[in-house]
Amino acid sequence: MARAVVELRGCTHDYGALRAVDRVDLTVHEGELLSLLGPSGCGKTTTLNLIAGFLEPTAGRIVIDGEDVTRRPAHERDLGMVFQSYALFPHMSVFDNVAFGLCERRVPKAEIAPRVRDALGLVRLEGRERERPAHLSGGMQQRVALARALVYRPRVLLLDEPLAALDKKLREEMRGELREIQRSVGITTIFVTHDQAEALALSDRIAVMDRGRLEQIGSSREIYERPATRFVADFIGASSILRGRATTADEVRLGDRLVLRVTGPRAFAPGSEVEVAIRPERVQLATAQRDNVLEGRIVRLSYQGALTEVTTEVAGGQRLLAFVTEPAPAPLATGQTVRLHLPPDAFTVL
Amino acid sequence: MILRLAVLGLLAFMTLPTVVVIAVSFNPTAILSFPPAGLSLRWYANALTYPQFQRAAVNSLMVTGGAVLLALPIGTAAALALERGRLRAPGAWATVLLSPLVVPGVAAGLGFLIVAAFLGLLQSRAVLVAAHVALVLPFVVRSVWVSVTNLDPALERAAASLGATPWRVFRRVTLPLLRPGLFAALLFAVVVSVNEFVVSLFISTRVNEILPVAMFTYVVNYTDPTIAALSTLFIAATFLLVWVVDRLVDLSAVFLHHR
Repeated sequence: MARAVVELRGCTHDYGALRAVDRVDLTVHEGELLSLLGPSGCGKTTTLNLIAGFLEPTAGRIVIDGEDVTRRPAHERDLGMVFQSYALFPHMSVFDNVAFGLCERRVPKAEIAPRVRDALGLVRLEGRERERPAHLSGGMQQRVALARALVYRPRVLLLDEPLAALDKKLREEMRGELREIQRSVGITTIFVTHDQAEALALSDRIAVMDRGRLEQIGSSREIYERPATRFVADFIGASSILRGRATTADEVRLGDRLVLRVTGPRAFAPGSEVEVAIRPERVQLATAQRDNVLEGRIVRLSYQGALTEVTTEVAGGQRLLAFVTEPAPAPLATGQTVRLHLPPDAFTVL
Repeated sequence: MILRLAVLGLLAFMTLPTVVVIAVSFNPTAILSFPPAGLSLRWYANALTYPQFQRAAVNSLMVTGGAVLLALPIGTAAALALERGRLRAPGAWATVLLSPLVVPGVAAGLGFLIVAAFLGLLQSRAVLVAAHVALVLPFVVRSVWVSVTNLDPALERAAASLGATPWRVFRRVTLPLLRPGLFAALLFAVVVSVNEFVVSLFISTRVNEILPVAMFTYVVNYTDPTIAALSTLFIAATFLLVWVVDRLVDLSAVFLHHR
């Protein structure tokens, strides 16, 4: 495994009586892009500010490149940061903004101009050096902010919701571009976002946070397909959560008679109450009665173009969501009863 | 029609004292009569050559200069502390800093007089400078404060993340972005200090008195238009100052963007 660049060891941060970050342990490896994902107020931005050195943890240590930097001020941490508001200096030209980090590092004058030019080339903003940030579009300001944070080749790049202020189309474009630039520079990156689609598309690994705690950390695929907690299953993508009683190590009974077979990494204790989650795209319309097929009454249909979201009510009044790719095999209508196949390996046990 | 008359009336009322003083200053005779009997510059010559006025002008320059040089950094630090600092009772601090606005000049003057006498500093300009610092501070703090509230803290964090030490952050980011507020503060401080009279009267002697006090003393003894001429010069200087500062910074940006 690649070596650790940033390590958080039991980091806690309190704002008065409020615990914003609660004993977070996190390791970011060389060259990877790790997302801190969670709803607003989950502590992800506070965690980023702890790493950046804008806040000091109430407890715990922060280690960068094997060195304890917990008490080191922000300007000595050799990080690059892109802010949600971009935070470009309004009284300086694009050139001076990008050159700022080089000037503060006392890079020789003769070296500054070519390096600024290279950085602006990297973000495809050549020829804009003389302009003021306010005269640039949001997307361009974003690029300047990125060039400014990369030009002095920092050890780690921190991105605080950098795409949130852009409109949808531009955001998706910048997302791809950001990833390309990050890969080509090979810089270790920590990306804060509340947008799960963004995190899934962009990250090598995702750390999901809720109420100050780290809920799960893993690759996009792991997080999506094997959510470790109910929160993760709920927050990332859509999930239907079914409650039942385990009858054997791999069977769950819902309602009175219906028994589902669930194969997964965890076996059940027979007789216990269990919850299993399933992604709507794993639920298939079935034509014949067989194992793991249950009947559901359609309560809501939402046509999305490429697919239709079908909300059904199954045994015991529980809701089950299914994505049916369009064109649907048969016309669907609310009130209609359909058969749904739930593959045994599609479940996550919560 | 009535509204227009009312506006004109108000305008006349607001400008009348100024107009009268300017008109009287060109009076050729030694009487403060209005309208003037003719046009003459003799009282201007008298005002500019009168030795006590020359001395007072130097005093004014020193006192205002000293007060402004002290009040700007103190007021800027105070405004930053009020907005950014972790003060235990920011409201109380703000009240203290802005209090000279509401304390009657007579009371403040008396206070400074007693302190100055106690310290044996009645002949020096130090007490005058100190009094003027206190009197202009509310204006400096207010003006800079407006600029501080408009300053995005992310900018300073960005500078720090780029490797700037706290002092460099202040020099390269904070200070340049506070410029409009600082210019407005400078303007207020100069105008308030140069025109300050009540408090200064208490702590002035013939040696260290500033221009408004010297002018008052003159009027008590003589009643010729010299004082009108000097007042006109005062008005002109103030207008010039406001105009110059307004050219340098957009003052409306300071006063209209208040949060």
